[in-house]
Amino acid sequence: MDFGFTEEQNRFREEVRSFLEEEIREGHWQPACDAWIQGFDPAFTRRVSERGWIGMIWPREYGGQGRSHIDRLILTEEMLRYGAPAACHWFADRQVGGAILSFGSEELKREFLPRIARGEAYFGLGMSEPGAGSDLASLQTRAVEDGDYYVLDGQKTWTSCAYFAHYFDVYARTDPDAPKHRGISEFIVDATLPGLSRIPMTDITGTEAWSDLFFDSVRVHKKYLIGEKNRGFYQVLHQLDYERSGLERIMGNYPLFEAIVQFTKENGLSGDPLVRSKLAQLQVEFEVGRLLGYRVTSVMEEGRTPNWESAMSKAYSTEFEKRLANVAMEILGPYGQLMPESRLVPLRGMAPHSYLGSKGYSLQAGTTEILRNVLAARGLGLPGS
Amino acid sequence: MKFSLTEEQEMLKKTARDFLSEKCPRAFVRQTEESEVGYSRDLWQEMAELGWMGLAFPEEYGGGGMSFLDLAVLLEEMGRACLPGPFFSTVVLGGLTIQDAGSMEQRQRYLPPAIRGESILSMALYEPDVRHYDAPPITVEATPDGEGYRLSGTTVFVPDAHLSDHLLCVTSTGPEDGIAIFAVDAGSAGISYSPLSTIGGDKLFEVSLDRVSVPRSNMLAGPDRGRRTVQKALERAAVARCCEVVGNMQRVLDMTVDYARERKQFDRPIGSFQVIQHYCAEMATDVDGARFCSYRAAWMLSKGLPCSSEVAIAKVWTGEASRRVLDRAHQIHGAIGVTMEHDLHFYTRRAKAAELVFGGADYHRETVAREMRL
Ligand SMILES: Cc1cc2nc3c(=O)[nH]c(=O)nc-3n(C[C@H](O)[C@H](O)[C@H](O)COP(=O)(O)OP(=O)(O)OC[C@H]3O[C@@H](n4cnc5c(N)ncnc54)[C@H](O)[C@@H]3O)c2cc1C
Repeated sequence: MDFGFTEEQNRFREEVRSFLEEEIREGHWQPACDAWIQGFDPAFTRRVSERGWIGMIWPREYGGQGRSHIDRLILTEEMLRYGAPAACHWFADRQVGGAILSFGSEELKREFLPRIARGEAYFGLGMSEPGAGSDLASLQTRAVEDGDYYVLDGQKTWTSCAYFAHYFDVYARTDPDAPKHRGISEFIVDATLPGLSRIPMTDITGTEAWSDLFFDSVRVHKKYLIGEKNRGFYQVLHQLDYERSGLERIMGNYPLFEAIVQFTKENGLSGDPLVRSKLAQLQVEFEVGRLLGYRVTSVMEEGRTPNWESAMSKAYSTEFEKRLANVAMEILGPYGQLMPESRLVPLRGMAPHSYLGSKGYSLQAGTTEILRNVLAARGLGLPGS
Repeated sequence: MKFSLTEEQEMLKKTARDFLSEKCPRAFVRQTEESEVGYSRDLWQEMAELGWMGLAFPEEYGGGGMSFLDLAVLLEEMGRACLPGPFFSTVVLGGLTIQDAGSMEQRQRYLPPAIRGESILSMALYEPDVRHYDAPPITVEATPDGEGYRLSGTTVFVPDAHLSDHLLCVTSTGPEDGIAIFAVDAGSAGISYSPLSTIGGDKLFEVSLDRVSVPRSNMLAGPDRGRRTVQKALERAAVARCCEVVGNMQRVLDMTVDYARERKQFDRPIGSFQVIQHYCAEMATDVDGARFCSYRAAWMLSKGLPCSSEVAIAKVWTGEASRRVLDRAHQIHGAIGVTMEHDLHFYTRRAKAAELVFGGADYHRETVAREMRL
């Protein structure tokens, strides 16, 4: 066991930090909670790509840098620490690129990976439907073969970042007669295709977080099928393991953590034993979550796909984010209710924003309950219910 | 960064697991706990032959030259097996403190016999007013007397005092001086022991010192570094205990999952009920959390890195998580788990005792708060 980083890795962390600090100093953006999924900033994504930091773990021949999972951990940890607006590239960097790399044709790899790495292709995830949430395999969107094309009809919902995505990673039913897990395929769908429309939806924080996607005879060329026809469900399970793998689950609202500790010191609350105890407990829980997240990276670094390990980390961590937001509001007292736009608002309104927003993170990418099912069945070998 | 064990550590773990499941079955634990001596001489000798006592000491004293992190692996297995006996006292409290604070001559005097299994060590860390043990008002007095000192006072919760050949005693050398640590021959005139009966079933004693004569050459750390030595001893002890508890928790999780697979009600294994599955999933998270924060602290100690916060985090989490794990384990086992015939109580009682020593959760949370500069 080794809990340390190499000299080179420490230098890389320093490099990322100086870059981000410089960004803030130049006034490009302000640290914000949930900026990994809500921070839309194409110019920032471009500057990150110029450093080779998108798709950094992919092979060089596809525009990557062949770097380690640990380097990517360091990069994302620092992005999250500084609350950097990385939403444009986050999904593609974290999971869609990897899916293309694992299952896609050579042609797809050449077409998409270098463009993702250059910060020119943003992806959204078209999995959920009104009738298919946790039970994703029951999805109804259809893809019917027609010559060189698949014709897609149906609806996706809760598609994060849809309003700026150039492409969607869409799962659709290609064999309605097969058992439901065996009739699904995965496609890359260009957001500008005729017949595809988006209707934005506002989340509980007031942010336009998602869209509904409507597919009305959308013609997708067959070359945009990822992997094998009818293997889409198995591919999505693999992708979800990566979707759950990162530190964004424990550090999504990290800027609030730093801010509330600072606030406590500056406002003479450090002497209050209850406040001390609550913040120290958060620190304990944070560190445990970070270690559970690091373990996931360590599994990937050993060349394995993290499965129950990322389920454990994500389930634990998203619950932590809720507790952090709650403690911050308790410390702020009545000022905790002031929303970002309000007069007198402390900490730029991060606490109530995060309190509300964190309710969604224990749902997306597998609810806490589903993740516990995964951990019980796959991690502990308990019998099916 | 790498979260899996090295090959060497895997081997150590396997050897320990195999050896202890053969030599330290539950019947042995039960019997030893009930006996007055609380350990087996034969087993102790075999452990010495395996090199366990010497594992983390330098080769020049007959040790194995391995690290505190390697020792953590062994401690986890001992916790898993509920191994009774003075290993913790001899190695973690006694030996490592001597290694840390003693002179070459003192190490040469105390370590090789302990490593060979011929001598047992322990440390008297607590005084009757133990709530403030980080800056304790030390009442055991060391008064200069001719070529040496005379020690007087009372200490409590001294593990395995009845077996020990040498006791490390924390003393005050005067109102201004701060604290000094002496290695006291346990057979010296003026020492008396009375056993305490504890929830964990380990052998703890109240030890009284009445003008016990100790030569100057037995002083391990003088007032200049006495307090720091005690602080480091406490950090090592807290982390070592956490590692034992990790073994305890892992075993409880394994037992519970096995039981949930086998026990049937309503014509199906109770482990197929989702609520039971989720309890088990939460237990697994608590166990892995405890493992990683305890091993991280052990890793930092073995690297000599400052780690007050990491030690405190491990102690807070491991204590509270072990309580949650055992609570769920009992619930899942039903009534059989709260009997003396069943094995679960060994783990419940030990985990609770571990929670209370070397600083409880509130004490360590305060350390974390301080390290956050609150
Ligand atoms: C912030 C946010 C962003 C999102 N982004 C995207 C996105 O970009 N793309 C996308 O495709 N989707 C996205 N989603 C949707 C997300 O994947 C779904 O919300 C999730 O899969 C759960 O589905 P559901 O909301 O329909 O809840 P349901 O599945 O209806 O679940 C409701 C409740 O029932 C419980 N439940 C369901 N099944 C079981 C079971 N077997 N055992 C125990 N309990 C069960 C759940 O745990 C939950 O508590 C996002 C959601 C949120 C909140």
